[in-house]
Amino acid sequence: MTGTAAAERGAAARHRRVGRERLPVPALVLAWLAVAFFALPFIGLLWRAPWGAVGTVIGRDSVRTALWLSIRTSLTATAVSIALGVPLAWMLARGEFAGRGAVRALCTLSMVLPPVVAGVALFASFGRRGLFGRYLDEWFGVRLPFTTAGVVMAQAFVSMPFLVLTVEAALRQLDRRVEDAARTLGGSRWYVFSRVTLPTIRPALVAGAVLAWARALGEFGATITFAGNFPGTTQTMPLATYLALETDPDEAIMIALLLIAVSFTVLVALRDRWLGGGRQAG
Amino acid sequence: MCRPPRVHSPRGAVILLVATGMAMGVVLGACGGDHDDTGAGEAVDGTGGAVSGEVVVFAAASLTDAFTAIGDVFVADHPGAHVTFNFAASSELATQIIEGAPVDVYASANVENMARLTAAGATAGEPTVFAVNSSAIVVEKANPQGITSVADLADPDLVVVTCAPQVPCGDYASRIFANAGVTVTPDSYEANVKAVVTKVALGEADAGIAYATDIAVAADDVDGVSIPADLDVVAEYPIATTAEAPNAAGGRAFVALVTSAVGEGILESFGFGSP
Repeated sequence: MTGTAAAERGAAARHRRVGRERLPVPALVLAWLAVAFFALPFIGLLWRAPWGAVGTVIGRDSVRTALWLSIRTSLTATAVSIALGVPLAWMLARGEFAGRGAVRALCTLSMVLPPVVAGVALFASFGRRGLFGRYLDEWFGVRLPFTTAGVVMAQAFVSMPFLVLTVEAALRQLDRRVEDAARTLGGSRWYVFSRVTLPTIRPALVAGAVLAWARALGEFGATITFAGNFPGTTQTMPLATYLALETDPDEAIMIALLLIAVSFTVLVALRDRWLGGGRQAG
Repeated sequence: MCRPPRVHSPRGAVILLVATGMAMGVVLGACGGDHDDTGAGEAVDGTGGAVSGEVVVFAAASLTDAFTAIGDVFVADHPGAHVTFNFAASSELATQIIEGAPVDVYASANVENMARLTAAGATAGEPTVFAVNSSAIVVEKANPQGITSVADLADPDLVVVTCAPQVPCGDYASRIFANAGVTVTPDSYEANVKAVVTKVALGEADAGIAYATDIAVAADDVDGVSIPADLDVVAEYPIATTAEAPNAAGGRAFVALVTSAVGEGILESFGFGSP
């Protein structure tokens, strides 16, 4: 008992020593250069912000409408990405079928596509005159362009690959023997997936979901192309920022800062809550 | 994948650091909006000198085709020069110039955005109105919805798009609706006039308000329904060289060509009127 505890303490101490070990100076300098590269634009934005106008801009109905729409659509797009993306990642990691590489490339193509092109592609397929969209309109009276559903679709189209790739990588690294053991002990396929596989890949799943959510929240090109721009229905925060920049840069900066504050809060909170504040993982 | 260069010696590390620092410096300098030293053709000054180097022209999206044609003539007249265009919403371009974009010439689709530039001290000399444009209703080819008037656009079953109120063509659209005494609720406020025409050309929107010239250029894909003169708002296009033009002589030569009889003729061939 005491022996084990001592061994654990020893291991912990060793771990701490390793953790405190200095990085080589050149790497450290480069790392801080990278931090500066990310931090300076935000510092510039804070410096340019018209702080006197904070109250009036944030209190503006149009800004609150856009923020609320952005939060709703990006969360819905993330939910869609999880619901479809996790099974897709599982199939790509575990499925044995011809053309798997091609399917993976296809499902992650939207990451490298310029978002405006993604919007045009969505038009060509799901638009009112699109290959499939025309039947949606004809048979069910469903039109996706210029609707909130269109915004969610555009966001999910460009953001889901971030989740798929993250989760697939985690599934590949997973020790299959644990799952095999659970199966041998009589667990059903679903039991093993939900009680063994999913909990093991949880950090990757959360990281992938956060990446997808962040990408959806900032989505601009596919949204303005496919879903258009209308306050309350399709005008998300990035669109509102862009149009405000046309005439009122001060307002644009305030909207952008609001969006950054929301994203930053969520990213920090999620990291502490779901990824154990980094201590457990490290 | 992307492996960083391996550093073997302290001297190697220093060289790597210096190189990275220089690369960062270049990036920061290029993005800093500091364009005092980007003088393409700065050796040439005064009106009499030869025009050479790059002439950067920021122009309203509706000028895309006419200015591209004028640019070809300009390059033919000044073999040492070439023109770089940036076509977008006039309001967006005005903001970019005020923020320090290195530009020689600015042409706007309304006087308000030019006034913003002048107020910010960003223009050199008085802007000149060089063309006028009218608005029209853009409809799908063969007008399947049978739209004949501005009032028809109030039909809630139609998918109607206009420019955003922040963009000149959106401002004109709302004034046209007000003149006609109708309430039109667009399904989307587009970022510029080309996007309006594109949405109709793709068949995703039934109708929109665009400049007559943009509809004329896209005549293969869309049709236009003219708006009576008493409802229309005439769009005036001013042009000016910028105060901090890197190539001031080139900018002045380009403005001279646009406002000449040759420029006017080209503009007219694309449907613009003379002021």
